[in-house]
Amino acid sequence: MDRKTKIHAEDGKQDLTITREFDLPLALLFTAYEEPEIVEQWMGTKVLKLENKKHGSYQFETTEPTGNKHRFNGTYHEFVPNQKIIRTFEMENTPFDVQLEFLEFESLTNTTSKLTMHIIYRSIALRDQILKLPFAQGINMAHSRIQEIVSKLK
Amino acid sequence: MQLNDCIYICSQIAAYMELRRDIFQAIADPTRRAIIALVALQAMTPTSIAENFDSSRQTISKHIQILTECELLKQEQSGREIYYHINAAGMKEVADFIEPFRKMWDDRFNNLQTIMKKYKSKK
Repeated sequence: MDRKTKIHAEDGKQDLTITREFDLPLALLFTAYEEPEIVEQWMGTKVLKLENKKHGSYQFETTEPTGNKHRFNGTYHEFVPNQKIIRTFEMENTPFDVQLEFLEFESLTNTTSKLTMHIIYRSIALRDQILKLPFAQGINMAHSRIQEIVSKLK
Repeated sequence: MQLNDCIYICSQIAAYMELRRDIFQAIADPTRRAIIALVALQAMTPTSIAENFDSSRQTISKHIQILTECELLKQEQSGREIYYHINAAGMKEVADFIEPFRKMWDDRFNNLQTIMKKYKSKK
């Protein structure tokens, strides 16, 4: 499978850019950000609130397989259909500060489109910490699986 | 190609393979992987790392030493304390540590695309 999602994160900077090209017309790509039921499906989260307008806000809730719930929220600063979204994003009850996100939606052809997501963090250290989260979780998951297997052997 | 060139290239490949083998042995151990996971989130002193394990302080020190020798961790002196950091260059030998972050987004966007293709056909 093509690695279509690209991350551009320069050393010593507090921002990063995620780009992705889709085999979808622009309008369909944007719909995936507008419709709560669709956001729920591709983000794997429950949508508690989604107000698609300037000064509107959103709140998501994900449930881990262990039952732990995590909430995320943010506010829209711009919401221009098929063009751009400017919003904040915050993980509730974590030491991670709010981040600022600029999403730009572009049409490439009638059937393809591109999303550019520019994320700005409060500090270089925070960006690097968040970048490493899935990496650390991956290792932790592998680690706990090994412990599970080992404890069954005992 | 000269025979000498061949021998040189072969020795370089062998040295590279040796390095890779060491790194993979280093991460084959679950405790060492757990240490990497801890230090990945923030720089830590040997004492604070050891507090997360039931093993003795000496055992954990040995693991830290192996990880440092393989250049997966690097030391930084801060006052009287030594802090261990993830050595990003060393981790690249194993897998780019950004890769799981990229994969997380790639999975989400692949989902999005699959869902929207069905959505289109439903309309």
